[in-house]
Amino acid sequence: MSEGLPARGIVLAHGGMARGLVDAVTKISGAEDGAVVALSNEGKSPQTLQDELARLLDEGPAIVFTDLPSGSCAIAARMGCRDHPRHAVVTGVNLPILLDFVFNRHLPMNELVPRLLSKGVGSVKSSPGYS
Amino acid sequence: MPIVLFRIDERLIHGQVVVGWGGQLRPDLFVVVDAGLVSSEWEQELYLLGVPEGAEAIFLSPPDARAALSDLKASPKRAVLLTRDVATMLMVAEGKAMEGESVNLGGIHSQSGREEVLPYLFLDEEDRQRLAEIAQEGVRVTARDLPGSHEGPLSTLLG
Repeated sequence: MSEGLPARGIVLAHGGMARGLVDAVTKISGAEDGAVVALSNEGKSPQTLQDELARLLDEGPAIVFTDLPSGSCAIAARMGCRDHPRHAVVTGVNLPILLDFVFNRHLPMNELVPRLLSKGVGSVKSSPGYS
Repeated sequence: MPIVLFRIDERLIHGQVVVGWGGQLRPDLFVVVDAGLVSSEWEQELYLLGVPEGAEAIFLSPPDARAALSDLKASPKRAVLLTRDVATMLMVAEGKAMEGESVNLGGIHSQSGREEVLPYLFLDEEDRQRLAEIAQEGVRVTARDLPGSHEGPLSTLLG
């Protein structure tokens, strides 16, 4: 990881989703304070959201996890991380992605991000299975 | 085909527009009117990510949008026209270009100098003046974030 710091996770989502995901991942994993933080777009202008995200990104390397691949959260995330190789954006966040993140956030971005994508996609299953 | 929605929303193409309104109105064209976005390809790409499959988006300056209104209405496409602020919608509406149409205010958020009118709508005096001017252009102005929400009439918005 650049600067030797583990990445911080910033969950940026609609309504109360971010807070709920951070609460769940903290309770399951015992992740240390600040390893994953929540940011909601609720009631915020695009500029306010970008400003709040920029303050978090200034604190060190981060992965911004958004709920949807587009829309106000994803746009703020992509704008904030643009041209900053120490940051990355991962869309379609789910709990398995965040759990894997908190235990592997020390990995370099080029290893960590593909791993998280694989974990997230691989956790979506049905029962019974259909082909 | 008429333009199915004129909307003022700081977030432009986003969930409420694409899913909430789009689910009812089934637009296949999003017309984003914004002087800044017209010249920023990388920002356009961010908004294009939110366009649903089967639909497309174009980015126009306010004068170009006003000039394109008749073509848009004559097109078979079901268009949604979006601006991020009241001032831009007024530029499109000037000269009775939108006479008989309705404008929906869907999201202007808190900022210094703005007062809360509805939970999703904060306006300052300039916004109110411009909304009155849009109405004087023969346009019906109301606020509603989603199709199922209560509609706020212009009298409420002007205070």
